[in-house]
Amino acid sequence: MTERVPILRIGEVLLVSIQVDLDDQTVMNLQEDLAEQIVARSARGVVIDITAVEIVDSFVGRMLATIAAISRMLDAETVVVGMRPAVAITLVELGLSLGGVRTALDLEKGLALLGRSNAGRA
Amino acid sequence: MVAKQDGSARLLKLLSTGEQDLAAQWITQVSAGLAGRISRAELDRELNELFTALVEALRAGGQDAHGEELSELRALLTELSRNRARQGFTPSETALSVFALKHVLEPVLEGGTKDDVLAYLRLSRLLDDLGLFTIETYTRAREEIIAAQADQLLELSTPVVKLWDGVIAVPLVGTLDSARTQVVMEKLLQALVDTGSEQAIIDITGVPAVDTQVAQHLLKTIVAARLMGAECTVSGIRPQIAQTIVALGIEFGDIVTKASLADALQLALKKAGVEMISPAGGRR
Amino acid sequence: MPIVANDDVVRVRRLARELAQRCKLSLVDQTKFITAASELARNTLVYGGGGVVRVGLVRGNGRLGALAVFEDSGPGIPDIDLALTDGWTSGGGLGLGLSGARRLVDEFALDTEVGRGTTVTLVKWAR
Repeated sequence: MTERVPILRIGEVLLVSIQVDLDDQTVMNLQEDLAEQIVARSARGVVIDITAVEIVDSFVGRMLATIAAISRMLDAETVVVGMRPAVAITLVELGLSLGGVRTALDLEKGLALLGRSNAGRA
Repeated sequence: MVAKQDGSARLLKLLSTGEQDLAAQWITQVSAGLAGRISRAELDRELNELFTALVEALRAGGQDAHGEELSELRALLTELSRNRARQGFTPSETALSVFALKHVLEPVLEGGTKDDVLAYLRLSRLLDDLGLFTIETYTRAREEIIAAQADQLLELSTPVVKLWDGVIAVPLVGTLDSARTQVVMEKLLQALVDTGSEQAIIDITGVPAVDTQVAQHLLKTIVAARLMGAECTVSGIRPQIAQTIVALGIEFGDIVTKASLADALQLALKKAGVEMISPAGGRR
Repeated sequence: MPIVANDDVVRVRRLARELAQRCKLSLVDQTKFITAASELARNTLVYGGGGVVRVGLVRGNGRLGALAVFEDSGPGIPDIDLALTDGWTSGGGLGLGLSGARRLVDEFALDTEVGRGTTVTLVKWAR
């Protein structure tokens, strides 16, 4: 039974908070759901909160980069927030730099970052 | 048992010949050996306690340095040895406190009876054992100190300091090896989370040399910090280190480097949105 | 433990985490070991057509280590050097699974024969 990660909406921003250990199918579903929701709700930004995530392997890493690229095509900025130090060190060692993905230390700073870049665009 | 009691009694008699005198001479002798690095009053207290404990132990019939009767004396000696080790005295200077008592007792031999000489020899053997005990304790204390220092060094050598709201720095001092760099890396990244800082400065003014490995570790730390949403500036790159880095062909890419910590701080503050205004009203 | 379905990858991660904690690896080393196990579990599933993983504690040089052995009887790897090159992939991935996993652990052994299968052994030592 594959779970679906809930997508919340705050104003023009979609918020995804990952709380479970993701299997590959859930990751794929999330990618599809987000693409649909960005268009359906005309979102300008996506925040993916991975504070609770203990492991980001190359599959999840690729998903984050793909979501960022897809949302950019749909005119929305993606910010990944709350990456743990151990996860960051592991990703660097793995050789994954998540090019094109914007990051912030926590949810608050991520939302502020989106606010600034959206104000710049308007 | 009777013989033992008897033996102790003789030793006791040896010590009680002008008890005050003996203790005073002892203290003078030890004091001379330590060249005044411990105050006379402190030495007075220490040695008088030792003397009393020795007399008490002999009175209780103890003649064995490791026997139960001497446990009080050993406790006092342990404290003395530990203090000496901590204050930086040599092992000889520490053992002197015990051996000096033998010297002070030597005059007893002159014109003493055969029993006096035997008693002196027996006491001398006891004091030798106690002297060795002092050195053993001293060595153990020194080892503990060294182990504690090694631990502290790893901790102390990598402090993460908060310079401003949202700005932290690690001043690196000394040679970086792979184990230390890993500690630095983890501490810096954890500090970013704990303080919610988006700006970090890695100051390498105190690093004597940068090789490929160290540069590699620095780069990884900076990339990891970026993944977490923070920016790093490297400061304090000395001319010869800049030359080495270029000569080794290490790409620093788009990593911001500044000559001094002050420059790096100014940049970090600007990025953190802090505006500096000098008292004259002009802006920097 | 067999690796035959998608959510077995998650189960391998859980197994690797338990082992890493029993081995008293530091938090960063735990994360590295679990991530490497996750990469290899997916490789076993996707390229090896399923297989098994065995885990355990090992002792060497007075240190404790976490060990994981991934075994499949899939097609095998024709060119090991190429498979261990960053960015090279035969299956549409990022090409970081094998090469990345090797960087995350202390010991890495790859044993493969075309047509017979692949065995990958990982060890991460406690400090």
